[in-house]
Amino acid sequence: MPTATPISRVNDFVVRFANVNGSGSASANEMFARAVMRMGVPVAPRNIFPSNIQGLPTWYEVRISEAGHLGARGGTDLMVAMNPQTFDRDIAGIEPGGYLFYDSTKPMPPSKFRDDITVIGVPLTAICNREYTDPRQRQLFKNIIYIGVLTALLDMDVKVVEQLIGEQYKGKDKLIEPNIKALHIGRDYAVLNLQCPLSIKFRRANAVGDRIFIEGNSAAALGAVYGGATVCAWYPITPSSSLADAFTRHCAKFRIDAETKQAKYAIIQAEDELASIGVVIGAGWNGSRAFTATSGPGISLMQEFIGLAYFAEIPAVLFDVQRAGPSTGMPTRTQQCDLTSCAYASHGDTKHILLFPEDPAESFEFGAQAFDLADRLQTPIFVMLDLDIGMNHHLSKPLAWDDSRKYDRGKVMTAAELDAGKEFGRYLDVDGDGIPYRTYPGTHPTKGSFFTRGTSRDRYARYTEEGAPYVDNMQRLIRKFETAKDLVPRPLIATAGKSTKYGVIYYGSTSPAMDEAIHMIEARGHALDRMRVRAFPFHSSVNSFVADHDFVFVVEQNRDAQLRSLIVNECGIDPVRLVPILHYDGTPITARFIAKAIGDHLDKLTVKPMKVTS
Amino acid sequence: MTYLAKPKFHHPDLPKNSLGYTHRDYEGTVSTLCAGCGHDSITGAIIQACFELSIEPHRVAKISGIGCSSKTPTYFLGNSHGFNSVHGRMPSVLTGANLANRDLIYLGVSGDGDSASIGLGQFAHCLRRGVNMVYIVENNGVYGLTKGQFSATADRGSKSKRGFINTDNSIDLVAMALQLGASFVARSFSGDKHQLVPIIKAAIAHRGAAFIDVISPCVAFNNHAGSTKSFDFVREHNEAVNRLDFISSRMPIEVKYEPGTVEVVEQHDGSKLALRKLAADYDIHDRTAALGFLQHHAAKGQIVTGLLYVEAESEDLHAHLRTVQTPLNALGEKDLCPGQAALDKFNAGLR
Repeated sequence: MPTATPISRVNDFVVRFANVNGSGSASANEMFARAVMRMGVPVAPRNIFPSNIQGLPTWYEVRISEAGHLGARGGTDLMVAMNPQTFDRDIAGIEPGGYLFYDSTKPMPPSKFRDDITVIGVPLTAICNREYTDPRQRQLFKNIIYIGVLTALLDMDVKVVEQLIGEQYKGKDKLIEPNIKALHIGRDYAVLNLQCPLSIKFRRANAVGDRIFIEGNSAAALGAVYGGATVCAWYPITPSSSLADAFTRHCAKFRIDAETKQAKYAIIQAEDELASIGVVIGAGWNGSRAFTATSGPGISLMQEFIGLAYFAEIPAVLFDVQRAGPSTGMPTRTQQCDLTSCAYASHGDTKHILLFPEDPAESFEFGAQAFDLADRLQTPIFVMLDLDIGMNHHLSKPLAWDDSRKYDRGKVMTAAELDAGKEFGRYLDVDGDGIPYRTYPGTHPTKGSFFTRGTSRDRYARYTEEGAPYVDNMQRLIRKFETAKDLVPRPLIATAGKSTKYGVIYYGSTSPAMDEAIHMIEARGHALDRMRVRAFPFHSSVNSFVADHDFVFVVEQNRDAQLRSLIVNECGIDPVRLVPILHYDGTPITARFIAKAIGDHLDKLTVKPMKVTS
Repeated sequence: MTYLAKPKFHHPDLPKNSLGYTHRDYEGTVSTLCAGCGHDSITGAIIQACFELSIEPHRVAKISGIGCSSKTPTYFLGNSHGFNSVHGRMPSVLTGANLANRDLIYLGVSGDGDSASIGLGQFAHCLRRGVNMVYIVENNGVYGLTKGQFSATADRGSKSKRGFINTDNSIDLVAMALQLGASFVARSFSGDKHQLVPIIKAAIAHRGAAFIDVISPCVAFNNHAGSTKSFDFVREHNEAVNRLDFISSRMPIEVKYEPGTVEVVEQHDGSKLALRKLAADYDIHDRTAALGFLQHHAAKGQIVTGLLYVEAESEDLHAHLRTVQTPLNALGEKDLCPGQAALDKFNAGLR
């Protein structure tokens, strides 16, 4: 018996699979997570993978929470340790009272284990060697066998897993039966030899509702389809490549002309990121909705072009799926580390529009809205996903579209308007919002053409090197940026149950951890008003939120408190009023981390009444 | 000298093309390049070619990078949209523009620094993709705007104005274009309008990636003795393989030449290229032989000019991508947005 009381919880625990990359474990593990969802229990899987195809360690963490907490929690309740390379480290990560499930084919000395956990050994390799002769089958079916063991240990509905196997191998039907057989080999072994179920287990629930299971990159790419993107140019880079892949897949499904079988889209896998953004800018200049998908190093390479698009006022959409910097080392780990490099990208005075989706549903929504904003504001729009949102499956609100919605193509002057004598000046602010009219190339034989260049031009796009027209133009660009503040998605505020002097600002993939942390902070006796910022430039409510509190925590997944810097800089706020809470080790931020960091800070402020003796 | 307005009046008897436009309707603002610059002659040849082809000026999109050559699109086709983009990146901007609207004519103007140095990658990739365009390099072997540094097309042993000798090997963009799969490859000389204008016309009529390298001496920094891109040097070493007559499909002119000396090439739009062959052993349909021919003559110090390669049945990027005939920028919600019903089905598949 372990020295710590075994953890006993239903529908509320963390299972972590430790595997070797390239061993075929990913699809088995994903099937496990799907099965949880199918049992009506909210689930949040996270893939922690190396920059490698085969051989290095990889983990798949599954958070199960009937209460609906979908952020990373931290700690492991059940470790499925299938990788000898990381065995010691994996065991160390188990919570006191937790469980270890390992391949016991080779006997291990007791010193390899801990005395405060429950150890469950199954001779998986021996079983596979007995059942299969083909080495590849031995490896692949081993993954299904351990899923079978888990169905018994955790009291899962095996029918749900059988059905998922059927769906996964639909069309390759001869694979269904052997997989189901492997599943039962594992399950039967567990039922006969192990004490099943454990004290952590599943129970059917009805807490998933109509939510869907989707990766943010796929949702963002579908947003681009719905938002009317016709040109995509990209260069492969983790973690954004699957966004371009998904766009290709979605277009093949939704954008092929039924009669001619011709494509209503064009996708270019470019030679580098410079060419990707160049193609996007060329297409945007010529009236197509165009985007690129990239990550931080790609943004670095695109800097010059981004500045051109800003000054020449060309619509462009960039999906930045952020990953830890620098460019080598942690390319498969998540961070929110490109805010400043995107917000002020390029040479000269520049400011750009950033959107911060929190999950796949918002990645879809902002992915589509970005194209309206790009056309309306005639400028690059950055949709700031991160690896956690982009490459992990999330339980997300179903994607929704209003069929009466029309694309906002912005201020585009037509041939008819030119013929009617409407004045055209490419950089002329006609109504005070800082946004000029543009014409598409080829509009009119004699009117409305203009020459596009970087900075040196007047309101009518005529070349000039004079200072005054330059300043005039730069001031108009600031007016346009002001206009943007009311067009971009507004921050969302959730006030604490009671009045408080403290607030917290957060954004993007921090959302689920923050939502959970707030309960933990409340349990420590502190109240916090919350603001989720969804775009840059900041809406005026960001200023007032900070003004309304003594101080505000800013929770971020980067070292340099990048959002905080933007708030200080753009809202003119005293930095001491913004307390940074920073997590940047490459793993997704957890509720435990936030609750501890904020809770400890607030505890220090709590005035303890002195004991009065009479 | 863009602050000097160009006078709008012109001689009433100026010849008009089939659209009723005169030569003047294809001009832009006054050039700000040095007097005598080869680039201005190329500008003149572009104007002449577009006038003779009766192209609607606004149906051309002119796109350039950075440098003296890239400034020239302001000096022609004043009613066209133009885009002076960033250094070495004209090809990607042009590719994007072309994808957005396949119905316009795309004229990319670049220089040797722009295409052979900073933009060598984009030069290569737009050619291998077969973007439907005319890609002109105004090649003077020197950086003009930054005052006379060698570019990557400067020949080894060539002498700069300040007396430095170039020790690096030169890049021959024509040889590269052939190797990269451009379906129309030509070289000409800014001082030879009779050769250049028909080549530009043929390139515009060509479907696919048409590349023209135009040797264009820099009067300020590369027109001295010892330079291999000076007017005198190019005139002395020019080895023209053919002379071209371009016959548009709308002008069914009988071609009458001595048999055996003329080869007629028909392009996809019905236009005909009548080539008066000057080098008997030169075959414009043989990519491999063209490369050998070029290198053989380069070794002898000769600059081969003319239409060097053409693929009559060429395809372009839109054909490779199987895009719809309607320009992508003209598609609206109906074509692009699958709607809520499709989304309901999509959602249902993810539960």
